[in-house]
Amino acid sequence: MGGVNYVSRRRAALQPEEPDEESWEELVPLPPSCPLAGTAAGSWGGREAPGAMLGKGAGGSGAKPAKPSFVSYVSPEEIHKKEPIEKEVNLHLLPGELLLCEANTVLKCVQEDGSNRGACGKLICTNFKIAFLGDESASDDNEPEFKNKIIGENDITLHCIDHIYGVYDEKKKSLSGQLKKYPEKLIIHCKDLRVFHFCLRYTKEEEVKRIVSGIVHHSQTPKLLKRLFLFSYATAVPTNTDIQNQTVMFDAIKDWRVELERTKGNMKYKVLSANEAYKVSEKLPLYFVVPMSLSEESILQYQGRGIPIWCWSCHNGASLLKMSAFPKEQEDNTLQMHKIFLDGVYKTINKPPYEVLKTDDLSSSLPSLQDIQAAYTRFKQLFLIDNSTDFWDTDVKWFSLLESTNWLEIVRRCLKKAIEVAEYLEGQNTNVLLVEENASDLCCVISSLVQVMMDSHYRTKFGFQSLIQKEWVMGGHCFLDRCNHLRQNDKEEAPVFLLFLDCVWQLVQQYPPAFEFTETYLTVLSDSLYIPIFSTFFFNSQHQKDTNTSGEGHSAQSSHFRFLTVWDWSVQFESKAQVLLNNPLYVEKPKLDKSQRKTTRFKHQRQLSLPLTQTKSSPKRGFFREETDHFIKNILGKRISKLINSSDELHNNFTEFYDSWHCKPVDFHGLLLPHIDGPGIKVWAQRYLRWIPEAQLLGGGTVATATKILDMIEEVQSLQKKMDEKHSLTVPQGRESLPMLRNSARLSSLFPFALLQRHSLKPVLPTSTWKDLEDEDDLAKRDDEFVDLSEVI
Amino acid sequence: IPSMASSSPKYNSNSLESSSIKRIPKDGTKWEQNEEIPRLPGETSITDKEVIYVCPFNGAVKGRLYVTNYRLYLRSVELDPVVILDVPLGVIARIEKMGGASSRGENSYGLDITCKDMRNLRFALKQEGHSRRDIFEILTKHAFPQSHNLPFFAFVNEEKFAENGWMVYNPMPEYRRQGLPNEQWRVTFINEHYGLCDTYPSLLVVPYNATDDDLKKVAAFRSRNRIPVLSWIHPENQAVVMRSSQPLVGMSGKRNKDDERYLDIIRDANGQISKLTIYDARPSVNAVANKATGGGYEGDDAYPNAELFFLDIHNIHVMRESLKKLKDIVYPNVEESHWLSSLESTHWLEHIKLVLTGAIQVADKVSSGKSSVLVHCSDGWDRTAQLTSLAMLMLDSYYRTIVGFEVLVQKEWISFGHKFASRIGHGDKNHADADRSPIFLQFIDCVWQMSKQFPTAFEFNEQFLITILDHLYSCRFGTFLYNCESVREKEKVTQRTLSLWSLINSEKAKHTNPFYTKELNRALYPVASMRHLELWVNYYIRWNPRIRQQQPNPVEQRYMELLALRDDYMRRLEELQITNNSKISNSSTSSASPSQMMSHVQTHF
Repeated sequence: MGGVNYVSRRRAALQPEEPDEESWEELVPLPPSCPLAGTAAGSWGGREAPGAMLGKGAGGSGAKPAKPSFVSYVSPEEIHKKEPIEKEVNLHLLPGELLLCEANTVLKCVQEDGSNRGACGKLICTNFKIAFLGDESASDDNEPEFKNKIIGENDITLHCIDHIYGVYDEKKKSLSGQLKKYPEKLIIHCKDLRVFHFCLRYTKEEEVKRIVSGIVHHSQTPKLLKRLFLFSYATAVPTNTDIQNQTVMFDAIKDWRVELERTKGNMKYKVLSANEAYKVSEKLPLYFVVPMSLSEESILQYQGRGIPIWCWSCHNGASLLKMSAFPKEQEDNTLQMHKIFLDGVYKTINKPPYEVLKTDDLSSSLPSLQDIQAAYTRFKQLFLIDNSTDFWDTDVKWFSLLESTNWLEIVRRCLKKAIEVAEYLEGQNTNVLLVEENASDLCCVISSLVQVMMDSHYRTKFGFQSLIQKEWVMGGHCFLDRCNHLRQNDKEEAPVFLLFLDCVWQLVQQYPPAFEFTETYLTVLSDSLYIPIFSTFFFNSQHQKDTNTSGEGHSAQSSHFRFLTVWDWSVQFESKAQVLLNNPLYVEKPKLDKSQRKTTRFKHQRQLSLPLTQTKSSPKRGFFREETDHFIKNILGKRISKLINSSDELHNNFTEFYDSWHCKPVDFHGLLLPHIDGPGIKVWAQRYLRWIPEAQLLGGGTVATATKILDMIEEVQSLQKKMDEKHSLTVPQGRESLPMLRNSARLSSLFPFALLQRHSLKPVLPTSTWKDLEDEDDLAKRDDEFVDLSEVI
Repeated sequence: IPSMASSSPKYNSNSLESSSIKRIPKDGTKWEQNEEIPRLPGETSITDKEVIYVCPFNGAVKGRLYVTNYRLYLRSVELDPVVILDVPLGVIARIEKMGGASSRGENSYGLDITCKDMRNLRFALKQEGHSRRDIFEILTKHAFPQSHNLPFFAFVNEEKFAENGWMVYNPMPEYRRQGLPNEQWRVTFINEHYGLCDTYPSLLVVPYNATDDDLKKVAAFRSRNRIPVLSWIHPENQAVVMRSSQPLVGMSGKRNKDDERYLDIIRDANGQISKLTIYDARPSVNAVANKATGGGYEGDDAYPNAELFFLDIHNIHVMRESLKKLKDIVYPNVEESHWLSSLESTHWLEHIKLVLTGAIQVADKVSSGKSSVLVHCSDGWDRTAQLTSLAMLMLDSYYRTIVGFEVLVQKEWISFGHKFASRIGHGDKNHADADRSPIFLQFIDCVWQMSKQFPTAFEFNEQFLITILDHLYSCRFGTFLYNCESVREKEKVTQRTLSLWSLINSEKAKHTNPFYTKELNRALYPVASMRHLELWVNYYIRWNPRIRQQQPNPVEQRYMELLALRDDYMRRLEELQITNNSKISNSSTSSASPSQMMSHVQTHF
């Protein structure tokens, strides 16, 4: 009922000249000639919003504002309730962002020191986000140092909403579709793990209906691609030009050539431009790299399926390749044709100059996307905590709860697989071909992990970003479907990219000095998945992006959208905040001059002096034959073998490789193998625990040491400067102001995310009780010592 | 004469590391072969023998086993890599013969040695001619000197150190540091000859308003006469941490007016109006059960001015079993796929959580100034020591320094009679004794958890804690020998042995946390949540070369580099200042060009 009325009301509220005849949610973004929403925002807060303010004032039905008695929720002195109309509320809208609905007198509940507090304000929903505008919004001196310019503390982009719950009579129910009854409280779980509680008890009934159904509608119902905020934003900011940074986008042929040259893959592999205008495949990027000896016809034959596509070459010439498998085929004829085709492909690449080839069908050797999705769904639930009681209740069985989600086990298996691949490439001089249905999910995870582990270039910030461009964005990972940004098909959803970031985090955590970026970088990168102003994570393929970039031939000026890339970090963060993305422990790889080269070379080799298998030459023929069969079987979709795990000999090689590497000192610019034993794999605490006040360590955590290091770097820099001044005997200039983190001894471990959620210095105490020691009862009942004290006296 | 230990750096750096595999450069072979086994002054060789070391990580290693009166030392015959095993005999809990004369199979005949530090050692010997009999007997004799009328190595150790660790703790200066005695609290010598309580130290701090006679009467009502005495006083609000044993209530619910009055005096000492808080470390069931053997707890009727809370920490037997389970999942191999649930099933971290939670409550109560606190368990020497010392560590930043922590251990553990001898079983062959329990290890683990959560708050580093644990077993120092002060005095431990703190304080740099930031008077509360507690891998799994984490810690190392760089700049700047001042007109020359120095630091802004 509410929903329907709502829609009609909304339509009535539209500007009469608005030509749109579709239902209201089909609103096209404002054309650039219209006054930008930002201007409209300026007039916000007046007693009577102009008619242009969608929905405002419509259907108010003259209901009296409820006289709130805050007894049950918050004590009166905790709320400085002001008439919202008197307060100039600072609504900040992005270009292209439209206010859709709003509700006043909403309480945002915050748990602090175990008690509920509330802040009174306005809850709004736009075509980009849900935002809470508090009356007592953070005063300026309390401005967080690490502030996202796009997403405020109380902003939730529509794509970031994971789940919406309504509370009815203390009962929590999932909200979706048409609502019959409106809840007294909204609980929003976000994909970045924030949890918001909005109490609507004191909000006008009409406003409750409007905001709740608005939020549910805009965040939960399927969307068309063109309705993404991405396009509204790009339309509203048409002048935006690509800011060239050092990230290689791999959208030009020269990017691939440079990469081939860098990895010395150019002897055996070539860049193809056969896919210009997507003649070969809509899944493949415009340019891609294949073995030199492969003919162009074979590439065209099956739209790029069954073709080994180059990812990366190791210093010894062994290469990492990937391939889209043929779909499982029942028909013998087709099967036979595929087999012949693959045989042909195989013959051309399994002979000199190419190394011996190993294939690994990832869809049989790693968990399925469904498993990954299911594991993550369980896993994230452990961190979406509604209150303190939840926190301590789950604390008792924490480890087994964690284990039962299976997420860390999946992370471990991916890392293990990457080590196996690295062993083949590095230790056995073997090419590795990763096979998967579309070569765009687990292939991306494993191939990029292998490259991060083996090529220190990818551990720099620009290198890592280029890698994501190469393997994920150009590699055709279906970000749109996997993130379910359009809410069109839940079945396609799987946090594959997050899985990759989690694996990288494990490496960062185990080898902090090896990466130019910090875990904070990874965390904000994971958050950026849900910010629809960057095109990076909002398309399924380059083809999809390209066809939608050209627009549908509206006016000439809007025919070509220019999207932002997530790699332009200045869009989200001021430069002083960006400092936190750079790892102060990282030391660049020393540039070699001629005199040094020899020694470093030697060191490099020593580091790689691994037990090479001696079985290279003689049994080669038989080995080859068998390989071919495996290869064919794998690619034909009859996933019979777990190839790499199949033989004991190979398994021993793996352990030997792994062990011997771990026995040596780590070269942070060389090969990096993660610890994958139980204690080695951890929870990415920063990402998952950052909003939970109970988990906060005041003045503790890794933040404490990182701060000390940053401070020390600053001190050394200023000394350096002094030194220079002394040498040049110039008058000392006024000292540059030091970036940030000054007087930061009292930072919380949640920094830079949730700032000081707990203000008091009171300790948090577990509230849950000790569970029984099931099997040790008799011991537990014993006394420490068996002395009858009555006799002692 | 410089001490041998410090003049032989190779020994120091590897003293307790087991199978450290070293790659010897080709030109280093001569050096290895001629190397004598490391020996401390006073250490004498007893025997050596060709054996096969069955290393669980690297397979069988042929080598020569040396036994001295202090250690067991093995060097592999193979030199690349050379395998070295260096284990103080004190670490050995049990020596067993494995296999018999008729055993088949490779390396099935020999010795299996169980150690107290989370590992087992296996040596295979030739089956012919009872070859293991001698070595078994020698090892048994010297690993368990107490069972063979031999002295601990600590008594024959002739090392010399620059520092005298026995000077670290003296109760009087420590109480004075706390501002004691004052108008409310006095020092009493009633226990000077251990007449009041033979497991307490000779010097005690008690309420000013309680006479020595009162104390004697109270002692009669407390288990083993361990009366409530002061451990720590809050410098501002004067609330105190007291410790004691359980009251002897018994089945009949006995009362003791003197004990009741004594607790009232304690409550009144800081002028508080609210009730005195008593934390009984035990689960309530156990406290009740203790009545059957004459013990019990302070009931409401008898102590209307006190409020009692149970902290649910389990007894020594539960802790021992828990550690045993932990060893099962980490040695020799670490559980791979079900690591987390295996870890949970040991309950080890759960116990840590409870101990920390209890200590936080004690510290918070005192810090809030609302009430003084009395802590006890049954006898007041295990859980009580854990709670008071951890609470003091949270409340008083002095105890977070190296010397401060040594004082804390010396005071709350050693002087107050934690039964180290019984819990560790120094030199005792009865490995299965029910008195054994890793209570002190658990305490050190709690400290490690705190230092992990607050990496800048402690002056000492992880190595410091590991060194303490290593010498908890080694018997090289007198520090942890015997159960209480009265016995130590009788054995003249301070005159006849060296203190562990001598070793540590002579090489402080090795045990210092570079990130330490001195802070005064800030209560430091760890978060006792499983989300933050983790297994101390560098201690419990340190023998596994696959798991061992990078040493030194790269973050620490980078910081040290920066520190050195800063000091270098400061020095140069100072020099420059001098030269500039002396020849102010001479402008062009200097020793190093600025660009040269610029290349030292890489920055990322």
